[in-house]
Amino acid sequence: MSEKLNSALDTAGPQAGRIEDLWWLLFGFCAVVFVAVMAVLVAALVRRRTPDESMEPTYAGQRTALRYVGAGVLATGAILLGFLIASVTTDRGLDEIETGGARVLTITGRQWWWEIRYEDARPDRVVVTANEIHVPVGQPVLLRLRASDVIHSFWVPSLAGKRDLIPGRDTGLWIQANRPGTFQGQCAEFCGYQHAHMRFLVIAQPPAEFDAWLEGQRASAPEPATDEERRGREVFLAGSCVMCHTIRGTAAGSIVGPDLTHLASRQTIAAGARPNTRDHLAAWVADPQRTKPGARMPVPELPPADLQALVTYLRSLR
Amino acid sequence: MKTLHKLDVSELPEYAFGHRSIMWWGTMGIVLIEGTMFVALLGTYYYLRSQSTGWPPESPPPDLWFGTINTVILLASCVPNHLYKKAAEREDLRGVRIWLVVAVLFALAFVAIRVFEFRTLNCRWSDNAYASTIWTLLGFHTAHLVTDLLDTLVLTVLMFTGPLKGRRFVDVAENGMYWYFVVWAWLPIYATIYLVSRGGGV
Amino acid sequence: MKLSPEVKAALHEPATDTEAALLERTWARPRGLAGWLASTDHKEIGRRFVVTAFAFFLLGGVLAALMRLQLSRPELGLLDPDLYNQVFSMHGATMMFLFAVPVMEAMGVYLVPLMIGTRNLAFPRLAAFGYYIYLFGGVMIYVAFAFDTGIETGWFSNVPLAGPEFSPGKRTDFYAQLITFTALSAMVEAVNLIVTILKLRAPGMTLNRMPLFVWAMLVTSFMIVFAMPTVATGSAMLMLDRLVSTQFFNPAEGGDALLWQHLFWFFGHPEVYIIFLPATGMVSAMLVPFTRRAIVGYTPVVLALIATAFAGFGLWVHHMFAAGLPKLGQSFFTAASMLIAIPSGTQIFCWLATLWMGRLRFTTPLLFVLGFLFTFVMGGLTGVMLAAVPFNLQVHDTYFVVAHFHYVLIGGAIFPLFGAFYYWFPKTYGRMLSERLGRWNFALMFAGFQLTFFPMHILGLHGMPRRVYTYPAETGWGGLSLLASIGAGVLGLSVLLFLINVLLALRRPRENPANPWHADGLEWSTTSPPPACNYADLPVVRGRYALWTKGEPTVVTGLRRDRMFVLVTHVLDAQPDHKREMPAPSLWPLLAALATTALFIATIFTPWGVVWGLIPVFVTLVGWFWPKQDES
Repeated sequence: MSEKLNSALDTAGPQAGRIEDLWWLLFGFCAVVFVAVMAVLVAALVRRRTPDESMEPTYAGQRTALRYVGAGVLATGAILLGFLIASVTTDRGLDEIETGGARVLTITGRQWWWEIRYEDARPDRVVVTANEIHVPVGQPVLLRLRASDVIHSFWVPSLAGKRDLIPGRDTGLWIQANRPGTFQGQCAEFCGYQHAHMRFLVIAQPPAEFDAWLEGQRASAPEPATDEERRGREVFLAGSCVMCHTIRGTAAGSIVGPDLTHLASRQTIAAGARPNTRDHLAAWVADPQRTKPGARMPVPELPPADLQALVTYLRSLR
Repeated sequence: MKTLHKLDVSELPEYAFGHRSIMWWGTMGIVLIEGTMFVALLGTYYYLRSQSTGWPPESPPPDLWFGTINTVILLASCVPNHLYKKAAEREDLRGVRIWLVVAVLFALAFVAIRVFEFRTLNCRWSDNAYASTIWTLLGFHTAHLVTDLLDTLVLTVLMFTGPLKGRRFVDVAENGMYWYFVVWAWLPIYATIYLVSRGGGV
Repeated sequence: MKLSPEVKAALHEPATDTEAALLERTWARPRGLAGWLASTDHKEIGRRFVVTAFAFFLLGGVLAALMRLQLSRPELGLLDPDLYNQVFSMHGATMMFLFAVPVMEAMGVYLVPLMIGTRNLAFPRLAAFGYYIYLFGGVMIYVAFAFDTGIETGWFSNVPLAGPEFSPGKRTDFYAQLITFTALSAMVEAVNLIVTILKLRAPGMTLNRMPLFVWAMLVTSFMIVFAMPTVATGSAMLMLDRLVSTQFFNPAEGGDALLWQHLFWFFGHPEVYIIFLPATGMVSAMLVPFTRRAIVGYTPVVLALIATAFAGFGLWVHHMFAAGLPKLGQSFFTAASMLIAIPSGTQIFCWLATLWMGRLRFTTPLLFVLGFLFTFVMGGLTGVMLAAVPFNLQVHDTYFVVAHFHYVLIGGAIFPLFGAFYYWFPKTYGRMLSERLGRWNFALMFAGFQLTFFPMHILGLHGMPRRVYTYPAETGWGGLSLLASIGAGVLGLSVLLFLINVLLALRRPRENPANPWHADGLEWSTTSPPPACNYADLPVVRGRYALWTKGEPTVVTGLRRDRMFVLVTHVLDAQPDHKREMPAPSLWPLLAALATTALFIATIFTPWGVVWGLIPVFVTLVGWFWPKQDES
């Protein structure tokens, strides 16, 4: 699996880049201040270590000392003013984007997965997927963030700062990747049992690749090619899966859980909890509570042959 | 043994009124605390109103009648309140007794009418956030009315039965201070529940 | 009561040994269990308070150890998510509500009357009530935790997660009521301290001569008076939403999820200064004897305390920068959050100047002060970084913030607190703690702290969010997490060492050193431990550093020794105003606290708890306030 960047200091986009610059500025000045203050402290400790037996207290020298205190306060004020300017400037910089023509995604946070919706003026070209966001390199993407249940927070550190998803109000964030790569994201606001396993990926692709990917996502689910796949689809449609999941091109249309139409094209399952391999998928479907205790997906209780067929079918959904 | 200089305080009195007394400061502390809670609740009302697109949402505003009568009674109760406070500062036991009883009667009246205020709020606390806020504002103030009534009642009984000492008059005077707070705190709450809720819109 | 001529004459003279003994008998509480429960002696209440708070500190530490154990390796399955979520929530609530604020209040309750030269707090029974309420609230939440009903949504329990739909059951109701208990206790002790400091100071102790620790407690108490009611209101609203279906936080019915955050953090930010400012008072107190000089910049330090208190109320939105609020408003809070570094910096520069100009004695308390300076300055600097909105958006809700607040809370409050324990232990218990063990205590605590929390800055920058019960190995967080967990172990050892030091000291016979540090404060002029009456003769103060002021000492005479009298003085210049007889020890505060506890707990289960619970509360309050028949 390729490297997944997940650091505010390993940035791949203008947002995170500007913030990283601000960080180094703040860090640099703060480090200097810290060393200076500690130097004064150490100097205060090592000077005048005369074994002075006198217990008499002194009051002298207050005025001179206060001049230095005043100088320190002024210097502090000046540095803080500089920080304030740097902060506001960076903040303004984060807003400097050409949003005209930017692609709009609506991301809905749900306990404990991410619903991703690629908006389009034509309803038949809207794409719904889960937990994995693809973006074209070098182009801004506007994220409209909503929460369906509790407060979540969308954070992909290598690309941008975070933004909360708050029930009852929409928030927004724009992101842009300047080079291809895979970037890890995670929920950053405690949202219940499986907050720790509410992760997502942002995959930046050259525009042509991205367009191809999006076109592929628009298509309905491929028809099952083998008998086992067909059997798997029957298991899917006959069982409890249809209560929550959509597979476009079949009768399953519920939006309670993630859209599975192109499940096999994703790198991870269960919101980043496991890699998307046959074994992990089988384990997840057989007993979601083992992988992610508290997850809203019930145990399906399928006979082993049915389970294998189902997994084969799911793995065909490219 | 070192000589110690002396500061003799034997002639000082054993109690004092107003801000010289620690009871005044204690009462002020309570006033600040409870006042902050009222401000938090009022702030909640105005915050939610600023976030909404229609206010009050779906609920008709409260009837004006009982709230306004009660406001008048509350303001009028300041008269016996003032009189027993002044009597206490003069250490006039008879004056204190009479005006405390009158104050208790006023308190009984405004607690009784408060019941009718609740009944004519024209909404249930669980209807929406507006309703929750005005019920809580009114409820919290009612808790103050009830404690004021009970405090004053206990003090009144004490002033009749004893045991009495000079400093009991300070307690009576401070009760008067607290009473003023309960009355004056009501005014912005009255305005918010009854008048602003009529304004409608954002 | 008519006084005989001999008694009358004795009144006007400083106490002889017989009179001192009479005074002691007057002020001592009855023996036995009932007497112990009925105590209104601020020193006894203060000691109980500190010991109880320390017990909660240990419990909170055990919870932290569990967390660090779980996170030491990726995907470790020691704690299931439900238990881990309760553990981290209980850790935060314990440290913030049951340890940090109460211990500072407790130090004030014990020290302030001694430091200002009076015999007790202004409202002694209220002090007892405040302690019992705190104790019962703490017991309640831990009993709930033992029954799997502990707090589970974090110490600041955001809604809607903490609301009726997503936190069914009683766990969050216990959380909300814990806030009620601890807020009530804090508010009661705050009013007590304010009135004591303003009205009971020894004659001659003008505001300008008040010890800096007393200033810090005064300012802190005012902060409590404005901050605590706000969170109590918020938590009441949360309970109402959960219990009787009000809609305060329900966006579908006109409520707002962010309303909770505004109400909580309006309290939550001042809360950290409520914890920090008393610690600065301790630092100022300890620096004086160990530099053998007056603090440089007394007035700037006082102004800095007051400025911090005011400014502290203007910062709260910096906890909400990721919530998408309007940018202009956010910039205001950035500016305010940075500016508060100025008064804090002023105090630090004054202390540095004092150290520079002083003749140092490297005792254990001073070592803790030095550890405080190193750690708090670092934490303050990361705080200034966090004030910048763009940077905040990266590290908010990550381990970077966890590092920051532990640096400022442990560095800024706990190091001074431990120094204060070493400093005032001899006054309280009549023996010194071992200096040798003290140095080891400090060294382990300092090293353990840095090892635990420094790596967390890096973890946060590398993507690790808060409140996760585990993390995948591929994140690469395992190495630094293990380091942090090892550091936690060292930190735990240092606390153990402290406990050993205390236990060994208590087993030694009393040496009763009145002023082992040759310090300046009034409290060092009385015996160790102080007598029940604090001072046989109340002192008159002639200078800012009372025991270092030259000239003949003056005492107050004319206060009766057969009844419990204190002297009430004027607010600004502490001229004597009148005398006040203090109430005798009483069981009513305990009974009232029990009744209030019953009311609070009943309300968790039914709204009628308020109505029925009010009856015993009323009865106990009447019993409390009804005056006793005078013997004359």
